[in-house]
Formats: sequence, structure tokens, C-alpha cells
Amino acid sequence: MLLRHTPKEVTERTALTINPAKTCQPIGAMYAALGIHGCLPHSHGSQGCCAYHRSTLTRHYKEPISAATSSFTEGSSVFGGQANLLQAISTIFNVYNPEIIAVHTTCLSETIGDDLPQIMKKSIDEGNTPEGKVVIGASTPSYVGSHVTGFSNMVKAMANIAEPTGKKNGKVNIIPGWVEPCDMEEIKRISAMIGVDITLFPDTSGVLNSPLSGEYTMFPKGGTTIAELKGCANAIGTLALGEWCSADAARFLDTKHKVPCSILDMPFGLKATDRFINALRTVGGTTVPEEITDERGQLVDFISDMHQYFYHKKVAIVGDPDQLISMAEFLMSIDMCPVYVITGTPGKRFEKRIKEITKESPFPVNVKAQGDMFLLHQWIKNDPVDLIIGNTYCKYIARDEDIPLIRWGFPILDRQGHQYFPTVGYKGGIRILEKILSSLLDRNDRDAPEEKFELVF
Amino acid sequence: MKAAAVLKERENQIHRKGKEPFSIECNKESLAGAVSQRACVFCGSRVVLYPIADALHLVHGPIGCAVYTWDIRGALSSGPELHRLSFSTDLQEMDVIFGGEKKLYNALVELIDRHSPKAAFVYSTCIVGIIGDDMGAVCNRVSKEKGIPVLPVMSEGFKGNKREGYQAACDAMFKLVGTGDTTAISPYSINILGDFNLAGEIWLIQEYFNKIGIEVVAKITGDGRVDDIRRAHGASLNVVQCSGATMELANMMKRDFGIPSVRVSYFGIEDMADALYDVAEFFKDPVIMDKAKSLVRSEIEKIMPELNKYKAALKGKKAAIYVGGAFKAFSLVKAFRTIGMDVVMVGSQTGTKEDYEELQEITDQGTIIVDDSNPLELSSFLKEKDVDVFVGGVKERPIAYKLGVAFCDHNHERKEMLAGFQGMLNFAKEVYTSVMSPVWKFVPRRIKRESEVGLVERINKGEKP
Repeated sequence: MLLRHTPKEVTERTALTINPAKTCQPIGAMYAALGIHGCLPHSHGSQGCCAYHRSTLTRHYKEPISAATSSFTEGSSVFGGQANLLQAISTIFNVYNPEIIAVHTTCLSETIGDDLPQIMKKSIDEGNTPEGKVVIGASTPSYVGSHVTGFSNMVKAMANIAEPTGKKNGKVNIIPGWVEPCDMEEIKRISAMIGVDITLFPDTSGVLNSPLSGEYTMFPKGGTTIAELKGCANAIGTLALGEWCSADAARFLDTKHKVPCSILDMPFGLKATDRFINALRTVGGTTVPEEITDERGQLVDFISDMHQYFYHKKVAIVGDPDQLISMAEFLMSIDMCPVYVITGTPGKRFEKRIKEITKESPFPVNVKAQGDMFLLHQWIKNDPVDLIIGNTYCKYIARDEDIPLIRWGFPILDRQGHQYFPTVGYKGGIRILEKILSSLLDRNDRDAPEEKFELVF
Repeated sequence: MKAAAVLKERENQIHRKGKEPFSIECNKESLAGAVSQRACVFCGSRVVLYPIADALHLVHGPIGCAVYTWDIRGALSSGPELHRLSFSTDLQEMDVIFGGEKKLYNALVELIDRHSPKAAFVYSTCIVGIIGDDMGAVCNRVSKEKGIPVLPVMSEGFKGNKREGYQAACDAMFKLVGTGDTTAISPYSINILGDFNLAGEIWLIQEYFNKIGIEVVAKITGDGRVDDIRRAHGASLNVVQCSGATMELANMMKRDFGIPSVRVSYFGIEDMADALYDVAEFFKDPVIMDKAKSLVRSEIEKIMPELNKYKAALKGKKAAIYVGGAFKAFSLVKAFRTIGMDVVMVGSQTGTKEDYEELQEITDQGTIIVDDSNPLELSSFLKEKDVDVFVGGVKERPIAYKLGVAFCDHNHERKEMLAGFQGMLNFAKEVYTSVMSPVWKFVPRRIKRESEVGLVERINKGEKP
């Protein structure tokens, strides 16, 4: 077995991460930047970083991912990367001609002390940034936080270009957090049904789930436009979905432009979606239409039809804080028991929140921020679970321990569908339940002794 | 060609055979701001060393470097699988300020105690080069304390591209060579260098060599073992595949142990046969040569009937190639010729001037030869040449598909063996499966083309369009 190297006994580790449940900031910044229309993300560092992030995003989305790099050399590492970035900005506008460049740093450029705002200003002063084009930048050192932090930092950099006109535009900003392109589409669909005019940023729908047209384009149709981003300062409110991914940008708009914000959980599952719909209705000053109430009713109907099969099933969930918080709550609400909860992203608040959500659980709950898959596997070896929910890397554990796995989160390198079928909202909840139920019952059909093998569930 | 797709500064890195005398610029740093398909030094070292399955591979740096190289290559092992786990010192801000040496030491001690590896490779990353951790000193200390080789791999990303990484990997491996017992090694013995056992290829190659009476001492690095590398200097010949990756190790072994080397490729019928003949020739033993000849004959006989079926279907179709090292491109050009296809574009991330000269010699008139390309260029070439299949790696695949062009991964993500005689058949099958897929009939751009082709055919037949 591949993971036979994992001992059962858990020991305290301080110097070492094994089989990580996180990755570094820049890839999050790159994903976020792809949610701006006409944007070329730019990695200010060595070529390898950019190549790795593009490859990983490509493997997850099965889409071409374009991003440029400052191509650091030994010289730039000694004398600073200013010259590289200035040249890069000029090259990119000359050749690829994006509307906007979203620069993120790397551990290398951070450590040698490149000053991003200063270099960006110099680029404008020297005429490298053409009139009407925009360069934004986020500091994303790989040795702080995780990919989630990098995502959040880039989203904040987007909010930073908001320009108040002094007149409210009646729109509501929604910051969806690190969800899939289809989830972003679903949030737009729900908002339209409720009759609220929104600006969603970032918005990777139409960028990372684009159709095959026979043509290759660096800048697909989708994405939040620069004009929309600028308009964020004039919104009547902001809903930030997820404390880790979205709150910083929302609070920035609140403080700087007096756009009041609410920080909500990501709308996965029944209760979190209820809170989202309610907040959206309130800030938009509309009422919830019957269609939405019906969708909610369908989700509740599904749960009631099959609730006996969910009862006290033990689940291990691994992923990013915002997603796990909502998922843990959803599982608890259908009588399932998240017993192991792991994120690679640091944050004691996360552990506290999960403990709060799971305090009624009939089983003890192990939760760890800044944990890794190795620890998760050790826990499972000591006391197995009925189901694992997490990214593709969970498949090593799932195979070795013979536990069903639902792929959910980032990255998913070996299956398809995550870019097309949303898991946010009530309909998304049904999708999650369908997956859970199929996993559990497929397993039951496979393993049941013949006399207990049943036709009907 | 649409001029807009090519950067002015890059014009000299693209050559079209036939128009002008051959000249190409290469081996230069990518332009800052280019969407280059290249990777870094660390990446080069990591892909070369990671198939050594009973060694510990610890990445000293922030988490990303370890994550992006976690089990991505499909380098198979027949035994231990320690190489498929991801170990990182996961450097944090405090480590960057105060140094990561202590963390590195603790991590190594913990891992070596738990897993008892035969050796440990410790990879340096960009940031380690900047904060100045003395990796060598830490590795020496742990090596003394634990009694196994602990080898620093000086692979700071910014020092160049993958090629410098190959060098760093060879430097690290070379420290192992010459430290093992070589008694009982046959005089008819070789090391296999530069095959990484993707989809089990090295097992097939080893079997071929065994069948013609040659002992394989060390597999470097596919399904590799530390103890084998330690006694690699006992082999009579180094058989080196892949242009850059392990050539330097062979050179060092030549310098210090006097072991000669031959460069081979296992892709395609011609090159695979040549590899066996070249090795057989080296040993100047008629028995070995006879065995090689009969092996080649029987293997070719085995695959030809099926291969011809694919050839008949693929004849005249057009192929484009963009790979990491140019050496692989030579074999691919020949392999496509074997199945009747025309190569209309060929390029690499890290080819040398000599590589490109050779490509220019073996390709047809009008073929585009390109160094260090980017998605815009690649897509404009694919369209211009109306390519039927594109061979590349992970970042190129979706570009081909978006254009409605078939694709074959000749890199980390191959799922079937592409080396050896059986591999040629697999390759033909894979190309055939993709080129003939009905999905391309649903692509708007290709539909238009199909109807134009139909038009020409009808005119040729004298029908009214």
C-alpha cells in the first residue's frame, strides 16, 4: 500500500509537513486574478512558480491557463526585480494586450524586498502602462498563510481600484470566495431571481469553464470588468462569503468607501444558504420569490426522504477553512458527524468555530488548522470513518483504508464536473447530498452480504 | 502567419526551414513578461531525482515547491514508494527571518528515524538561496549522526531553468557513485541513464537488455535504488537517454571512472533498434549482436501488422511537437514518419543550438522550429499549419483541445508506455485514438475545414461544387 509508510501512532511534529493540505499564496492570487475580465496574471518571481501554478490550475480545470512571469535570474535576485517587472509590464501590454495585469509576488521577490506599489507607480510614470490600462498588485509571500491567503490578498487588491463617484449605484457587491466557476454562476442566478443587481468579484465563470469553440483566446468572455470593479465603491452594500477568502476586501470597501459589509459563511448547505438569501434580500430591499422557496423545499424534501441513511455516519473533511465551516454545519444539520476536520491553512479561529458547530456531535471531534494529510491518515488509522470529503490527494488514504471519497475542494486532478455542477445554494446542496448518498449506498451495495442486498432504498 | 502572435524579441528563436540559411537563438533567458512554458532549476532536479524510490526526498522551502512536485510524474517503483510522499520543511515567516537550519535538522532526523531510508536528498529552493541556510553543513551533520548519505541538491529556482536543475541533480547523485561494492558485476553490464519509468517503461527496456545478455547495474533514475547507484561505477557502459537530464552524470563517471557512454533514445522503431545495436556493438561480441538482431526482428514482426493499420488511417495527417528537451523531439519526428505523418512544427523549452541544427536536418521543408515558445505562438502555428495532432505536456493539452486539435501527452501524464517497440505501437494507437475521435467533428473551425477539403476533392473529381 502506498501509504504503508504512515505509522498509526501520532506524534507532535514541529519541523515538518507531510502530504500537505494546503499550498502557497501565489496560486490563490492567480486563480482570483483569472476572475477579472481581460486579465493576465503575472507572477513576480522565478519561472518555476508560474509554471507550477499554471499546470495545477490546468489540471484542475482542464483549461488553458495563461500567466506571465518576471523570469528571475541570479542577477535579479541580487539586485532586485524592479527591472524585470518594468520590462514585464511593458512586454505584456505590447504583446498580449490585456485590459489589466494582476501582479502577485513570490517568496523570492518578497524576501529580496521588492516594493510592488513603488514599481507599479514607476511603471505608470515611465509610460509602461498605457492609458486606460490597469495594473494591480498583491503581496503574496509563500511563507505566510496558504493559497487561501493569497486568494484573499488578490481580491483585496481588486477592491483597491474601486473609485467612488459620490453617488450610490444601487448594486450589491458579492465576494464569493474561492468557489468554482459554476458556483459563481449559481450565485448570479440566485441574485437575479431575488431581484438584486450585483457585482460579483472575482468571477471565473466563462473563464475557466469556457466552451470549445475551435479558437484559442487568452482572454475568454467571462470575468468581472474593470468598470464593475471601480463601481464597487458606489454599492449599497457588500456580502463577503467566507471570513478567510473574502472578508478583507469587504472590510476595506467598508472602511475606505463606506460600503457597509456583512461577513457570511459560504452558502454551502441549508442553513448557510438561508443566511445568504436572507442577507441578500435585506441589503437589496427585495423579497424572496416563490421559486427560491421551492428550491429550498426540494432540498428539505431530499433530506427527509433519505435521512435514515445519513444518520450518524462519520465523515472526515479536509480542505480550506471557509468551505469546511459550511460543510461541517451542513453535515451536522443532516445528522452526519464530521469527526475529523483538517485544513492546512493556519488559524486558531477555525478550530474554535468547528468546535462550536460540532458541539452537539455524539462523537469526539478532532480538528486541526495547519494540519496535513499525514495526520488525517493517522487519525483514520486509529478510528476509521464512513466517508472522506476532500480534494484529490485524499485518494491515497481512501484507497489504502478502503473508504469512499467525495472529491470536493481544490485541487481535483482526476475527475471532472466540479467546474460545471455548483455546490452552493439549495440546488448545490442537493448535488452534495446526491454525491454523499450515492457514495454510501454504492458502498452498501458492494459490501452487503447477499441476503441483505436490497433493491429499494 | 499572424505577426501579432510572435514577440519581436523572439523572432530569432523561430526558424522556418527552407526560407533562409539555418539560424536560431536558444538557451537564452526567457523575456520577462512572456508567458513562457518553462519551469525552474528546482523542477529540473526534482523530476530527475524523485524516482529513486528508497531515498528520502525532503524539500527545504515554503510549502508550494513540495506540493507542486508531489507524485506528479507517474514514475513507478517495483518496491518502496517513499518517493511518492511529500515532505516539506514548510518554511514560515520566522524561519525566513531567523534561518531554517534548525528546522531542517529536526525534519531530517525525524524522517530518517521513522523511515530508515537508504539516503536522503534535500532540495534547496529560491528562498533558501536567499536567506543563506548552510544546507551542506546540516546535511553533513545528519549524515554523520545517522550513517546514511544526506545529499544537498543545490536547486534554487532562480539560478536558471530545468537544465541547471539536471546539473544539480547529477552533482548530488555523483556523490553516491563509487561508494558501493562492484564485485560480481558482469563485464557485459550497463547503467540505464535518463529513463524515469513512466508507465513502467524502464522495466521493458531492462528486459530487452537482459534478453540480449546484458546486465543492468543501475537504473538512473526510473525505479531507482540508492545501492544500485552506489555501485554504478562497476558497469562497463553508460547508456544515456534524454538530452540534458543525466548526461552530466555520465560525463562525470567518464572523467573519474573511465566509463564510456552512448546516447540513445527508446522512442520509435528506428531509435529503439539503434539503441540495442549501439550497445551490442560496444561489447564487440557477436553473440550479443545476434541476439539483438533477433530481438529487434521478432519485436518488429510482432507490432507491424497492427502498426500498419494505424499508418493507413493516419497517412498524410499533420503533427506538431513541443516538448521539454529537444532530444525527445528527434525520436518523435522519426516516429511520426513511421506512421506516415508529417511533422510541421517542432519545438522545445530548453534545446541547444546543436539540437536545433539536427532538427533542421531531419525535418521537411517549411517545418517551423521554435525555442521556448508561448501559448499564443503555439496556437497560431497550430492553426497556420492546420495540425491534426499536437504532442506536448500538461500546459499544452488544453490549448490543442480548445482549437479542436487532437493531443498526445509525451510527458509526465502519459498513461501507457511509449518507449520500446510495444511503446511505438501504444504511441500510434494513442495518436490514432485522438486524431480519429468523433469529437473534432463538432468543432466549428474543423467543420469548416472538412467542408473545404470536401470541396477540393469534388473539384478534383470533376464534379461541380
